[in-house]
Amino acid sequence: MKCKRDPKRIREVLGKKVQFILGDMACVYGGLLAGVSFFGGYPITPASEVAEGMARMLPRVGGTYIQMEDEIGSIAAVIGATWGGAKSMTATSGPGFSLMMENYGFAVMTETPCVIVNVQRTGPSTGQPTLGAQGDMMQVRWGTHGDFEALALAPSTVQECIDFTVEAFNLSEKYRNPACVMTDGEVGHLRERIIIPDEKDLKLINRVTATIDKKKYIPFTNSQTRKNCKVPDFATFGTGYRTYVTGLTHNEKGFPATDKQPDHERLVKRITEKITDDADKLVMVEKINLDDADIAFVTYGATARPAESAMEIARKEGKKVGLLRLKLVWPFPDKLITKLAKDVDKIIVPEMNLGQIVHPVKEVACKHCEVISAPKIGGEMHLPMELHKYLEGK
Amino acid sequence: MVEIKTADELNKKFLREGMWPTIFCNGCGHGVVLEYTFWALEELGWDMDNVIFASGIGCSSRLPGYINADGLHTTHGRAIAFATGIKAANPDFNVIVFTGDGDCSGIGGNHFIHAARRNIDITVIMINNFIYGMTGGQLAPTAPLGSIATTAPYGNIEHPFDISNLACALGANYVARWGVSHPYQPIKSLKEGLQKKGFSLLEFLAPCPTAYGRRNKLGDIKKHWAWYDNNTILKEDYEKIMKYGTEEEKAQVKDKIQLGVFQDIQKSGFFESYEKLVNRLKEKETKAKGAKK
Amino acid sequence: MKKEIRICGFGGQGVILSGFIIGKAASVFMDYNAVQSQSYGPEARGGAARSEIIISDEKIGYPRPTGVDILLAMSQESFDTYRKDVRKDTIIVVDPDLVKKHDIGQPVHKVHAQQIAESLGNKIVTNIVMVGAFTSIFGLLKTEAVKESVIDSVPKKFTDLNIKAFEKGLEAGKNAVKELQ
Repeated sequence: MKCKRDPKRIREVLGKKVQFILGDMACVYGGLLAGVSFFGGYPITPASEVAEGMARMLPRVGGTYIQMEDEIGSIAAVIGATWGGAKSMTATSGPGFSLMMENYGFAVMTETPCVIVNVQRTGPSTGQPTLGAQGDMMQVRWGTHGDFEALALAPSTVQECIDFTVEAFNLSEKYRNPACVMTDGEVGHLRERIIIPDEKDLKLINRVTATIDKKKYIPFTNSQTRKNCKVPDFATFGTGYRTYVTGLTHNEKGFPATDKQPDHERLVKRITEKITDDADKLVMVEKINLDDADIAFVTYGATARPAESAMEIARKEGKKVGLLRLKLVWPFPDKLITKLAKDVDKIIVPEMNLGQIVHPVKEVACKHCEVISAPKIGGEMHLPMELHKYLEGK
Repeated sequence: MVEIKTADELNKKFLREGMWPTIFCNGCGHGVVLEYTFWALEELGWDMDNVIFASGIGCSSRLPGYINADGLHTTHGRAIAFATGIKAANPDFNVIVFTGDGDCSGIGGNHFIHAARRNIDITVIMINNFIYGMTGGQLAPTAPLGSIATTAPYGNIEHPFDISNLACALGANYVARWGVSHPYQPIKSLKEGLQKKGFSLLEFLAPCPTAYGRRNKLGDIKKHWAWYDNNTILKEDYEKIMKYGTEEEKAQVKDKIQLGVFQDIQKSGFFESYEKLVNRLKEKETKAKGAKK
Repeated sequence: MKKEIRICGFGGQGVILSGFIIGKAASVFMDYNAVQSQSYGPEARGGAARSEIIISDEKIGYPRPTGVDILLAMSQESFDTYRKDVRKDTIIVVDPDLVKKHDIGQPVHKVHAQQIAESLGNKIVTNIVMVGAFTSIFGLLKTEAVKESVIDSVPKKFTDLNIKAFEKGLEAGKNAVKELQ
């Protein structure tokens, strides 16, 4: 790898430990802290500030920034850079995310770690470019064709834009799968205080590189150095392993096996199971006031903020309302939601879309409690009082 | 190092074990281009651990699979964008893209245009067979007027792309077009293109008897290959005839496809410029620090 | 305690920067929590712009203001748009040269921010004069904290000019309060 992460230099470039910055900029900070050395992007509102921040900072920490010709090129260059040995990321919003879908699948199929920040705006199509939404929560899970697993985080605060971008890199590196930071125009364009974590508090996970004898190396199979690990050891280009990487169904050696059912099943099962096997370990949530709650908000991202405000208003009125915030939305915490559904009478799922994450909630919860979708679209967050209304009647 | 003299020795060194047989049909030109590339690499003596291949979708894009080197077989049309990332991660790599006319100039046209404009330091080897061969003979952006394809059953009414000409206009540092029946000039030219800093395009006109020749009644494989000899002319000869030739001679060559090196310049490549930018920032910072002290 | 501040004007006046400075003063140079959001028309220059800051000593959930504790207006158009949200006790601050029609039957603090900026030699610091006036009129934030935030947020070349603008603004704010007494 050409560009080595230099913690001292990164901190020099990032500046003061406590700052008041935009959510988009916080994704830049998170990327730099995680050691990103390549960013390929294309401007799009409300995500352009991520590219602008990278253009300003990456050359100063030894990384490379390229404004590509479109979002298809951006994600392509990002995947190429990862195979070239870099830690790489891109940032976009709805229309660009749609354009990235094919190569998002390529990254899944070729087990390429990379991070996509999606500062969601309203859709379909061009929608409301400057306004936030959460309309791509299903696209990130199902948007590319074929079977796959998604890794998707949803920050609610500007600080979390830093923390979750770091975490996205960690998950991506650990599982050799793309990971997405599903922020939105509201949080992306919000300024808040952030604290840059100290190096000693920063937990970074890096890819396990191939170390085995070159003749014995098998590029697309369970790890050859770790027991019971379905993530292959990673031999990036230029390390002498001479790996052939293809988006076609491939056998363990990486050679095309397009007409062989067992090869496809083995491959796709492994690349999904490497994540689903760990699903219970991969739960990242915040629980507030759930111990005695009769009603719970299940929420994520920007929407968690008015939901928390609504909960506080209700608590002051003596209503037993709690909140479960999904920090990692995909993989979906099935077991946790099932348990919650058994403990409460009603789950309310507020979203800035016409109801997306409410579906996986219903899938596991509807047998045990009432599940209500609380949608709001048009580029505005729910007002706390709008959510408070859903608590009536109990 | 053992000196390689025969094609067998060459293949033993450069081909990847376990990937045979190839997908290519009888009379296909792709293998020849691969062989030329091997000779060029052999003559350059490059460390193959440092040569990285990328490709998109189509017959030509399968070539990296047969090479004993790192290779990224990507999505349709996007290889050049992927290659840009590979090179960005490590500018010491020699990055070679194999692509076809449809992959490069159809679905991938925009990536091609911008990589050439940025002068990304990669070598694009584009094999032009006037057709989408792998998928059964659909219309390509390079298809000659009137030619038949499964999706142009009554003859092509679109004007074809001249991709080498396009690359020249985009300011690529090195642009050349060759056929597959005479090895010496193309191998020399490949060496030049590979060594060139900045963007290089090597276009190869290669017969596709299965999907193009058969449908366009170009005869058997031998006749089809002869078509290329009869319908191409060296750029220098063409220019000479156009300048000094008789009207009859001019009429004979005016529709022929020119071969040769069309552009060979030394514009600063993207990564050279990027390095300069990084150094400029460093100097500025050092100065600012000095001023503070 | 939770205070909601709205600054409005037209694009290019530095409305967003003033909000940024106030939010930073509260949350970086003092111990409050603060969020700052903004909205502006699609044009880069000219259209109505507004910047909103919430300052609280508790965690801030919903990040958009639900009321206005203080409104600072630097253009007639934006004043006309946002005056509808003011309550009886909302503190109103305008530049009377930019917001000529400001009589809405409520006390209005008048700060000739643009004139002051011009007297300092550059209209561009009008927004910083307003930040100064906000500081003395609203009284929530420490002067030193806001001053530090100004210094931290403007280009180094223009530090002195901006400090002057801020201090003149403080003074103009105090005078505006006196005028209303």
